[in-house]
Amino acid sequence: MCLGIPGQIVALDPQHAALATVEVAGVRRAVNIACIVDDEHPPASTLGEWVLVHVGFAMSRIDAGEAALTLALLTELGEAQAEIVAMQQSGPMQ
Amino acid sequence: MKYVDEFRDGERAAILEREIRALAPRLPRPPGRALQIMEVCGGHTHAIFRYGIEAMLPPELELVHGPGCPVCVLPMGRIDDCVAIAERPEVIFTTFGDAMRVPGSRKSLLQAKGDGADVRMVYSPLDALALARANPEREIVFFALGFETTTPSTALTVLQAEADGIANFSLFCNHITIVPTLRAILEGGDVNIDGFIGPGHVSMVIGTTPYDFIASAYRKPVVVAGFEPLDVLHSIYLLLRQLVEGRCEVENQYARVVPNAGNRTAMAAVERVFETREFFEWRGLGSIDGSGLRMRDAYAAFDAERKFAVPGLRVVDPAACQCGEVLTGAIKPWQCGIFGTACTPEAPLGALMVSSEGACAAYYRYGGVPAAAGARG
Repeated sequence: MCLGIPGQIVALDPQHAALATVEVAGVRRAVNIACIVDDEHPPASTLGEWVLVHVGFAMSRIDAGEAALTLALLTELGEAQAEIVAMQQSGPMQ
Repeated sequence: MKYVDEFRDGERAAILEREIRALAPRLPRPPGRALQIMEVCGGHTHAIFRYGIEAMLPPELELVHGPGCPVCVLPMGRIDDCVAIAERPEVIFTTFGDAMRVPGSRKSLLQAKGDGADVRMVYSPLDALALARANPEREIVFFALGFETTTPSTALTVLQAEADGIANFSLFCNHITIVPTLRAILEGGDVNIDGFIGPGHVSMVIGTTPYDFIASAYRKPVVVAGFEPLDVLHSIYLLLRQLVEGRCEVENQYARVVPNAGNRTAMAAVERVFETREFFEWRGLGSIDGSGLRMRDAYAAFDAERKFAVPGLRVVDPAACQCGEVLTGAIKPWQCGIFGTACTPEAPLGALMVSSEGACAAYYRYGGVPAAAGARG
């Protein structure tokens, strides 16, 4: 919940500008991207980017190296698996 | 040095450890006590225990594990309120998994579920909103908890519910804010914190400027830190350097994720939906002025507290529980009378034993209990 989990934006939602599909360790789900887009960074610019996802919301853009480090950290803390399972079980793709 | 091999960059960790030890003789020496640094955030607490960081520090320095685990500071009365809402037949009560086992005075949400209440774990408030769409004949209540890291997500979900005209969705709002809490700790009579490791992901939302008063008015250094063990060590080094040089500043060690100005979109959503409560009750810390959020009148229709009558009773913590003393650094987790005996992660009595980010659960899991004193031997 507080540590978040890194994922990559792999698709945008043509119906909802605030939603995108994010892939986290092979699991895909809809994530809200309102907090990482603005006039300078429109939704289209986020495709392929890595983001830190907190409870279904992308809260920060990060680089791929940071994403890999964070995922390794979460795995060692024993937090990654629970987070991914929770994502998988409760967040079916729309 | 027990865990230094586990650092992804052991060489840098060893250098930082050496630099920290080299600073130790030049540190200010408060009379009659060790120099105390508080890591505010439970994520840092977890990393500190997981990587054995305390063992790498000189004996002149003590880490105090702060109040920044939102699950841990939930008072029993609020859990009782959750259970009361969840037991209503029309309600589907949704919560993050972390909150399921927090003890209430009657039962936890997990026990309420076992007794037949419709309690469901969700990963995101958006999933609770999806349940509201799919079950128009039921009332979907989301247990909104957490510091500034998760507040924007519930605010944006309420704004989405409003935009979509979803009337059977509401929040039981228990969001809390870190700055009034830090102020309360600084004002506390018997607490002596010499510097703060600032929370990383709260700061990602609010930025680093809200901590300026800690440096300017209270003359204590703050370093906002990332969660890698190297980040934590680096932040301790930066704090000690400030202390040695007599500086009091807010430094940002986690600039790769934390903009000094925070996240404007996130803060605007929070501002629109929530307002400050006069006070909020914390487990172990008591009531802290201005430390909680509630929903603005404009969003009363999405406020479970107004939609359903909640008991709202203040329930005192179990007498044997010393969570408050642990939270303020007055005692170490293993010095609590029931640590590891009446209170374990499997059957927690105190909230600090519930979450993996609670100091007691972290001590229990990773050791760190002096052999002579440890309840677990």
